[in-house]
Amino acid sequence: MIRVVLPAHLKLLAKVSGEVELPLDGDVTAAAVVGALEQRFPMLRGTIRDQATHQRRAFVRYFACGKDLSHDSPDAPLPEAVVSGAEPFLVVGAMAGG
Amino acid sequence: MSGVRVLVGTRKGAFILTSDGARRKWEVSEPHFAGWELYHLKGSPADPNRIYASQSSGWFGQLIQRSDDGGRTWAPVGNNFAYDGVPGTHQWYDGTPHPWEFKRVWHLEPSLTDPDTVYAGIEDAALFKSTDGGTNWQELSGLRGHGSGHHWQPGAGGMCLHTIVLDPTNADRMYIAISAAGAFRTDDGGRTWRPINNGLKSPYELPDPKAEVGHCVHRIAMHPSRPNVLFMQKHWDIMRSDDAGESWREVSGNLPTDFGFPIDVHAHEPETIYVVPIKSDSEHFPPDGKLRVYRSRTGGNEWEALTKGLPQGDCYVNVLRDAMAVDSLDACGVYFGTTGGQVYASSDAGDSWTAIVRDLPPVLSVEVQTFQ
Repeated sequence: MIRVVLPAHLKLLAKVSGEVELPLDGDVTAAAVVGALEQRFPMLRGTIRDQATHQRRAFVRYFACGKDLSHDSPDAPLPEAVVSGAEPFLVVGAMAGG
Repeated sequence: MSGVRVLVGTRKGAFILTSDGARRKWEVSEPHFAGWELYHLKGSPADPNRIYASQSSGWFGQLIQRSDDGGRTWAPVGNNFAYDGVPGTHQWYDGTPHPWEFKRVWHLEPSLTDPDTVYAGIEDAALFKSTDGGTNWQELSGLRGHGSGHHWQPGAGGMCLHTIVLDPTNADRMYIAISAAGAFRTDDGGRTWRPINNGLKSPYELPDPKAEVGHCVHRIAMHPSRPNVLFMQKHWDIMRSDDAGESWREVSGNLPTDFGFPIDVHAHEPETIYVVPIKSDSEHFPPDGKLRVYRSRTGGNEWEALTKGLPQGDCYVNVLRDAMAVDSLDACGVYFGTTGGQVYASSDAGDSWTAIVRDLPPVLSVEVQTFQ
């Protein structure tokens, strides 16, 4: 089971509290996790990545295991601790003023 | 019982202000979509409980929200605004070709007759239509493809399609305006379009002041009883057309400055119009620190300052293009919101004003629903 932590605004949008748990078959990558999220919560489509190109939105970051994975390939395997469920995959709104 | 519902979009959420027909006591809602930019909300004329809202954020992009119960509850609907075919290019600020890129929805215009049909004006400028309550969106690509689209160039605020005006007597005719391309009209329901900018002059903005496209139109208003008469707040100049946009003439008259953003028409007097003069294109605040709405009862040229109840000193707010509206009660109400977070209302056609609320986030849009 993959654990995902959403930023507050997207939790509200998806009507969830706390972590989201996603069963995931196959390779566990950022693209696969976000795809599974969008499948379960269609209202999140377009809020994390572009709907057509699947490019991560500029001010969204992916963190896990104390590292910023945002600039890794979205098809790269996520850390084993995320795959095992020991650590969550964090979708984060980038720091910005306003 | 009569009443009004004022839909206010701000930089950090939407607010719904309600009152009975007397418009003296107001209820201000908690923020809807707190933390998000609400560029525009508008109710369906065919079903006032149906409201569409454009919700966006620099972090999480664009959403469209829909309410079917007058704004009490909301549900996200479709947010996929994919340009039709290969989008092509428009001009970038440096004159080079730049691909069309979706950024946000500036304006939502529900159909006058069908609650499930709604138009969306977006940045980079294009017009979309949904016929299923906002679930799916299709571009009316004849607008970008009519011939001049590749010459359009963004203004400082972005290349946005911000105004959509529907002709209540002709379902096939509508008007749109784009910054900084100008005004356009369709007579076949959005399939084909042509620029309607004859008479506009932009000597400070364009190398050819009378160019067919490129004018920075800020807003167009129409009275439903006279759909061929249009009023325009251009970047500079108040303009009027009496022939459905075929030609325009300036009616700025005795205004202290003819720069500004919103323009609107009295609900029952088609020759009574309202503007909020702003000092200049760089000084986006009222002249002399005095917030004044100007009213013309002659369809332009002769203007009177409306000041009663508005701050007449040290006021340096702006009023954005979508932030003025009128109700249709017997004594026409006029409303506008400021970048300082005030929403002012007049229940006597502008003679006097009171602030419904003073400390909202910067106001982006104001729309009014009237209940008779």
